[in-house]
Amino acid sequence: MTTMAEPVIEVRDLVKDFKKLRAVDGVSFTVGPGEIVGLLGPNGAGKTTIIHMLLGLTSPNSGSIRIFGLDLNRHREQILQKVNFSSTYTDMPHSLTIMESLRVFSRLYGVRDREKKISGLLKIFGLEEIRKKQVRHLSTGQRTRLNLCKALLNDPSVLFLDEPTASLDPDIADKTRKHLKDIRLERGLSILYTSHNMKEMEEVSDRLLFLHKGRILADGRPEEVVRSFRSRSLEDAFLKVARGRGEGR
Amino acid sequence: MKLHRINAVFLRYFYIYRRSASRLLETVYWPLLDLVLWGFVTLYLARYRESLPHFAAFLLGALILWDILFRAQQGISVSFLEDVWARNFLNIFVSPLTTSEYLLALMLASLLKIVIAATVLTLMAWLLFSFNIFLIGVSLLPFLVCLIILGWAIGIVTTAIILRFGQQAEVLAWGIALLFQPMSAVFYPVSVLPPFLRVVARLVPSSYVFEGMRRVITNGGFPARDLLVAFGLDALYLAAALLYFFWMFRVVRKKGLLARIGE
Repeated sequence: MTTMAEPVIEVRDLVKDFKKLRAVDGVSFTVGPGEIVGLLGPNGAGKTTIIHMLLGLTSPNSGSIRIFGLDLNRHREQILQKVNFSSTYTDMPHSLTIMESLRVFSRLYGVRDREKKISGLLKIFGLEEIRKKQVRHLSTGQRTRLNLCKALLNDPSVLFLDEPTASLDPDIADKTRKHLKDIRLERGLSILYTSHNMKEMEEVSDRLLFLHKGRILADGRPEEVVRSFRSRSLEDAFLKVARGRGEGR
Repeated sequence: MKLHRINAVFLRYFYIYRRSASRLLETVYWPLLDLVLWGFVTLYLARYRESLPHFAAFLLGALILWDILFRAQQGISVSFLEDVWARNFLNIFVSPLTTSEYLLALMLASLLKIVIAATVLTLMAWLLFSFNIFLIGVSLLPFLVCLIILGWAIGIVTTAIILRFGQQAEVLAWGIALLFQPMSAVFYPVSVLPPFLRVVARLVPSSYVFEGMRRVITNGGFPARDLLVAFGLDALYLAAALLYFFWMFRVVRKKGLLARIGE
């Protein structure tokens, strides 16, 4: 994938302070159309805070966020219409069935031809048979797939995924990654992705942003990032940074 | 039986109570409110027992109307909490939904709760106690509207506080409306209250509704003046609640709390 085309996400000099802690420290990056960018870094590196700022959930202290060329602060509603999000830390209302949950969200996004859209997604994610099952009775893997269905309901051009496979067994995680790659190819979707699974990051991402203490330490293809840390693998690079040996490469 | 294990469990609760302002508040707040409320009811009965031919009607009418206010408030704050409990809050707020749209939807959910509660209460009061709430006549509708608006204002403020202080403030969803109960003169007239509380009661819209209700049950008529003041105060309460909510929403976005409450 190339980032030569007009970026769909453009972040400049983003800063976020929580009291005395600088969680995000002058971060700038772009995400191109159809690109999968992995946000990688130890706990507290600023990954989730960046995603929350890109979704308008947290307001930055300074810096600018432009999505589809529009300023997020001024065009939040318009931008979020074409964006979606899935996180392992969120869930659907427990007493609703899969169908009911997706009906609610399809209305929130003003999806046309709702039933057809929902059926198509349920088929892709293998949830057709259990469409009338309440969310409270779903397994973790089924819930993750439901979240992903929700995230694709509005045919987003940009998808934010916060550790989408964190609570899945290797089999379901692998299937989920495959789904994501297929969908990206099929729809030219741009994805900003966080995970602590190094193998997954290498496998899924076209480009990695390696964050530490709110700053980008490395930005490049997975193999370039590994090389820049003079490491054998991404995991090795991660451990170097997390243990304080990778900052002054 | 091992004492150290009992001690360990006790210690756990001691730590929780020591750190949780909401639990401490709960321990003191409810008994205190009960004492104040029923204390004033007792005073009222002791003072006016000779001249209370409509006391049963006052009490049942007040109970039903108070419940409408309570449901209106809960319809906002508990509906909001449902999304927090289900960890669905973030999913909602990363959609194009605006804050105003969200609040309007909560109000609609609250109306549904009110309709169900009011129907059940009205029917049961009639079946069990032969009490007909409609004896209040044409004043009933403006009374209801007035109480619903106040319930919404309290619900919106409660929601804003929970947004800001997190789930430890959840207890307010059940308790904050009750703070208005003694001053609303639900079960007794404002005149029973001590002078300083009478001043406070005059600033609470619901006190005019309950005073008006007792007047209508006793003498009939339409309490136009009471309603006018009540609606005026309601407008102020709702405007203040909305301003507070939008301000808090900006604060929680700045502090990163909006994302935290949803996970």
